Amino acid sequence: MSPIVKKKGEKFTLPSKYLLFILALICAALMVVSFSTDALDKPVNTFAGFIVVPFQSGISSVGSYLHDRSEELAKIKELIEENAELKQQVDKLTEENTKLQEDKYELNNLRNLFKIDKMYDEYDKVGARIIARDSGNFYHTFIVDKGSADGIEVDMNVLADGGLVGRVSEVGRNWSRVVSVVADNSNISGKIISTGDTLIVSGNLKTYETDGCVDFSQLIDADGVVNKGDKVTTGDISDKFLPDILIGYVNDVKMDSNNLTKSGTITPAVDFAHLSEVLIILENKQTIDED
Amino acid sequence: MKKALLGAAFLLLFFLLQSTVFKYFAISNIGPNLLIIITCAFGFMYSDREGLFMGFFAGLLCDIFFGPILGINALIYMFIGFVNGKFNRLFYSEDFILPGSLFLSSNICYGLVYYILIFLLRGRFQFTYYLMNIILPESIYTLVCAIAFYPLLLICVNALKKSEQRRP
Repeated sequence: MSPIVKKKGEKFTLPSKYLLFILALICAALMVVSFSTDALDKPVNTFAGFIVVPFQSGISSVGSYLHDRSEELAKIKELIEENAELKQQVDKLTEENTKLQEDKYELNNLRNLFKIDKMYDEYDKVGARIIARDSGNFYHTFIVDKGSADGIEVDMNVLADGGLVGRVSEVGRNWSRVVSVVADNSNISGKIISTGDTLIVSGNLKTYETDGCVDFSQLIDADGVVNKGDKVTTGDISDKFLPDILIGYVNDVKMDSNNLTKSGTITPAVDFAHLSEVLIILENKQTIDED
Repeated sequence: MKKALLGAAFLLLFFLLQSTVFKYFAISNIGPNLLIIITCAFGFMYSDREGLFMGFFAGLLCDIFFGPILGINALIYMFIGFVNGKFNRLFYSEDFILPGSLFLSSNICYGLVYYILIFLLRGRFQFTYYLMNIILPESIYTLVCAIAFYPLLLICVNALKKSEQRRP
């Protein structure tokens, strides 16, 4: 007897296993559509922006307030001791400071000679606060509280403390999602600032959690001059990232088995565990190239 | 109708708590998965149909904000809710062993499936690392949080069931 056939006078209920099958098909269709197009993004983002984000902003501000207060209480005793020590240090340091002022003038001259670019100081930036982190534990993505109403667009770069945090991957009216540099599926074209050699920086959840570094690969370093401590910035050939933004510092380098390219690990310049506010650069690489 | 409203209210509350407050209380960067709690609870407290729907919407909410692809979390949570619904026959209110073991095993299953689909297929083969450092800590932390949240859910659902039974 087919379970779907209606008997006279009985209310029709769909058995749950067919419901499961239908919804599983819907999920598969959603996955295919969202993977190959972005037709679904706008209505979904609008819904999220209206309903969930205001709560998240509110809860995040309350939560961070409470967290800061509780940390303060724990630290008071330490701080009193530190204060006494520090007063002594201040006197010693004032002496050293005057000597360092002289050195600073020399350093500035050398920097100009070396032509270290500070290009990204000239871009317009907007500050944003992180209001929610990835609700699973496998990814490093987070939500910030500025969106299209503040001029944010997809692929804008996100900075904190002068280093690259990631890029915007989705935008709603009053929120945006940022995929970070250390996220497992992130790949950025970078370069070693001293030599100009390009490399690819790939996020890796496992190595970031254990060693605090992410991987890089495809470095062609013919002269063998790249070693630990070199600065890595975003490269000129990336189509999503503005050039010369600091990503991190080389941690170790080794030659690949093909004897042509080198790979290794990079320590990111930004401390992802303690981020609460970020800066979003308001210019997309694509629009700059059009000028 | 009231059941749907209760479900929606709890879903929103748990999702907000999971992505904001509990990330501040993260232990070595692992936060609990409260959506598993509500999906399993609705599954074994009502039936596979309610578990299915709760799982679908919980997963969808997750996907809208955080998923790499829209629909992957919805699919996984939906199946978890459905399977938990099959345990409704074994469930009674004063029990805590069955709910506890279901929360733990559902969370482990979620972690395994997510790892296989998203990580293993991209060549991240260090399964032991993901198991010991992400999946198992998350499951245990979720179980600890369930000790706090499950009685609340139980009280609300039982109150709702009683008020619906009183009506002839």
